[in-house]
Amino acid sequence: MRYGRGPDVLSDISLSLPRGSFHFITGPSGAGKSSLLKLIYLAARPSAGTVRLFGEDVAGMTARDLPRARRRIGVVFQDLLLLDHLSAFDNAALPLRIAGHKPSEYRGDVAELLTWVGLGGRMHARPPTLAGGEKQRLAIARAVVNRPEILLADEPTGNVDHEMALRIYRLFVELNRLGTTVIIATHDQDLVARSARPVLHLDKGRLKPLPPQGPTT
Amino acid sequence: MSESFDPARWRPAAFLPEQDARDPALIFAIAVLCFLACLTALGVIAGDRAAHGWAGQLTGEATVIVRARGGETPDAAAARAAETLAGVKGVSEARALEKEKAYDLIRPWLGDVSDLEDLPVPRLVAVSLDRKQPATAAGLRQALKAQGLDAVVDDHQIWIKDIRQAAGVVRWTGAALFLLIALAAAAVVAFATRAGLAARRDVVEVLHLTGAEDGQIANLFELRFARIAAISGAFGATAAALAGGLLRLVGGGQGITPALPIAWLDLLAVLPCPLLAAIVAAVAARLTARRLIQDL
Repeated sequence: MRYGRGPDVLSDISLSLPRGSFHFITGPSGAGKSSLLKLIYLAARPSAGTVRLFGEDVAGMTARDLPRARRRIGVVFQDLLLLDHLSAFDNAALPLRIAGHKPSEYRGDVAELLTWVGLGGRMHARPPTLAGGEKQRLAIARAVVNRPEILLADEPTGNVDHEMALRIYRLFVELNRLGTTVIIATHDQDLVARSARPVLHLDKGRLKPLPPQGPTT
Repeated sequence: MSESFDPARWRPAAFLPEQDARDPALIFAIAVLCFLACLTALGVIAGDRAAHGWAGQLTGEATVIVRARGGETPDAAAARAAETLAGVKGVSEARALEKEKAYDLIRPWLGDVSDLEDLPVPRLVAVSLDRKQPATAAGLRQALKAQGLDAVVDDHQIWIKDIRQAAGVVRWTGAALFLLIALAAAAVVAFATRAGLAARRDVVEVLHLTGAEDGQIANLFELRFARIAAISGAFGATAAALAGGLLRLVGGGQGITPALPIAWLDLLAVLPCPLLAAIVAAVAARLTARRLIQDL
């Protein structure tokens, strides 16, 4: 994969992630972690090769298929991509609104989730008034609010303290236990070491699988 | 305050920010275009009415030029022609004009000639035709010929044809102007949509990646610009109605000039403006937004 006419940012990648699996993606900055996630959450297309998602070749998906597939994926973006003019509650409820659910169906769930991530008292607040960690937790709440089949997180614990990082990790584990496929790109070696999850290690755009590095939390 | 937030009373906020710093400029530009479009429409309506009025007046009248024959005096020939024409079906009135009027008509060409009596100046008969079933020029000619009168019937067809042609030109020019202004408004909205999408790329990107369909995102811009155009259309239409009303007041029943008689009811023509502006803006915004979203 490459951007425009630039050099390959990913090459010789061949992997298959089973439904319900839990993987970490690690690697130095610029190794291609975010690009690999972009391929999976359908924000980019491979310049060569094939990406299959939910058993379907992405290249064969129509303009109607793509939004439907994206609704089955929750993403914690590296730069969060929160909407500054909306409240934390509106931001968290966004995927459910887009999917066409009625507010009465999800009001309670969104409030509960925001409380769980520690934003119970900040539901009205707009992202510019939130601290870095609060923004990150809000982005995580938005990614998981519709119980996606695949959860992708790009440095989800970068701006939170260790205790909150573990809480978030436990949320991901719980979602995984309920059937969600979880893929986390992270620099947090401690988090990776605490889990017994498979690690996909990227270096200069190439994949190097590493064994699990520590006990399960 | 956080304590005041009650999820049970929460209502979804608009995906796009309510206000944009560029909105006033956009509203002004579209309002000006709507004002011009409404003035054009009022001008076309008034011009059309004037043309119909003139054509109607000419259609209801005919002029007969009578030349005396043999020993008959011009006045006697004119009187006989008027009497003959008055009896023709489809003629409501026929009246021989006084010789002074005939002299007045030719005086500009001959100058102040004192002994016009010596010249064989033809006399005129003014004929008013029945509005519902007017007599034809051929019928008038036949009746005059039957009485042995040397006369030429002018039913003003040449003028009516010219007036109708002029009215047609006014109508089509007005329609072309209206279309041009609508296209200009569409171009302004397309440009604003493009700028709006660029400014709100963050929103579009998040919605896009969260699973919003292209149509859903395009709808946001479509509704936004339709609302702005409707507001602008209301401003433009109101200003045009005020201008039209002013022309009507200044010019009385004849409008500012007899060529453009504006009636109070004509001002109602501006009413559809906000709706039409909203439709044009919605279509322009939707097409532009969809094309740009597909390129994301």
